[in-house]
Amino acid sequence: MSALGHYLEEEGLATTQISLVRPHTEKIRPPRALWVPFELGRPIGAPGHPEFQKKVMRAALALLERDAGPVLEDFPEDAPADAGPSAEGEGWVCPVALGAPPGLDAEPGSLAAALAREIHQLTPWYDLGREARGGRTTFGLAGLGIEAVGGFVTSFLDGERPDNPRPEIELGDVLKLAIEDLKNYYFEASNAQPGKTAGNAELQEWFWNETTAGEMLRVLHPVIMESDDSRIRLLGEKALIPRRQKNRAKPEAPRKAS
Amino acid sequence: MVRMTDLPDYEREYLLEVPCPTFDSDPWVAGPPVAERRVAIISTAGLQRREDRPFVRDDADYRVFHKDTDSADIVMSHVSVNFDRTGFQQDLNVVFPVERLKELEAEGAIGSVADYHYSFMGSTTPDDMEPLVREIAGYLREDCVDAVLLAPV
Repeated sequence: MSALGHYLEEEGLATTQISLVRPHTEKIRPPRALWVPFELGRPIGAPGHPEFQKKVMRAALALLERDAGPVLEDFPEDAPADAGPSAEGEGWVCPVALGAPPGLDAEPGSLAAALAREIHQLTPWYDLGREARGGRTTFGLAGLGIEAVGGFVTSFLDGERPDNPRPEIELGDVLKLAIEDLKNYYFEASNAQPGKTAGNAELQEWFWNETTAGEMLRVLHPVIMESDDSRIRLLGEKALIPRRQKNRAKPEAPRKAS
Repeated sequence: MVRMTDLPDYEREYLLEVPCPTFDSDPWVAGPPVAERRVAIISTAGLQRREDRPFVRDDADYRVFHKDTDSADIVMSHVSVNFDRTGFQQDLNVVFPVERLKELEAEGAIGSVADYHYSFMGSTTPDDMEPLVREIAGYLREDCVDAVLLAPV
């Protein structure tokens, strides 16, 4: 992001930017940047807090009135916490009792059937959440319905390559989009109850460790790592399991006192 | 929070090892007060309109949004799995604050909101994006933009 500021300023356009990773901005030295202490994925702060969001933007835009640079300033406030039980220390619980996943050694057919049942259970909550947001949803990247998404992703479990439902896009990239759709659907459904929204860390823990969908993707991971399609292998290497989940079992090294 | 001291060791080490370009110059463009400026947003969140071609790994190109594009038509096809999407799912403005920009215009805090805004996908090498960023500069000038707010993800 910081490099884009450099290019635009060379083209005669004044820029100001949000910085999420301060060491990167310190190295690249864009003309004007406001470092914010927010989670990756939330450059303007927190959902549903328009006044806070505008405070962040005013602070970033104010850097345009400086006389010289590069300028890198720190925004002084943390973002408001997500509303809901987690904010009160009660712990977040998915509104739907999904039941235990079938297990990592389940047959592909059993996993696919369990996934279809789980999706069916979540559908009323997904619909409720979508309705509450005026019809807005982040589902729909692959251009398939949710049942077709589940069927398409699980069809890779046996190591075969299914027909490509979007021939204009490489099969591995369609698989990636379908997996993102699956996660978007689950996250929207599980966050549908007003006042009980969870943040990224809680939903990631839930999705990857308590749902059949997460378990199915864990089973899929070694399968696609053996694919003869390099694009599908690349998905397995870099864009399937989050670093937080890959490192989940590793104990943290004690932090040295500073 | 993206304070280096708050991150687990593996995440801090990963972020500190991400290659960053460096430059020999510090370009700087002066301008009028913010209250007189026309502002555009460029995001690197891999945003697209629902009917656009999705971003896929190593895409260096961009997508365009009219300022009145319905938020229900904007989705995210960034390839990374290592950042929060729940904020974006609840509120587009956490990533792409065009509604907030309109409010700042109404309050007189900025001059106006540009007609068009843009998104790249930030996991792509900056060198690959450079020619397209310079291309967008021309479109921004045609739109009379004199301030760009860059938002990462």
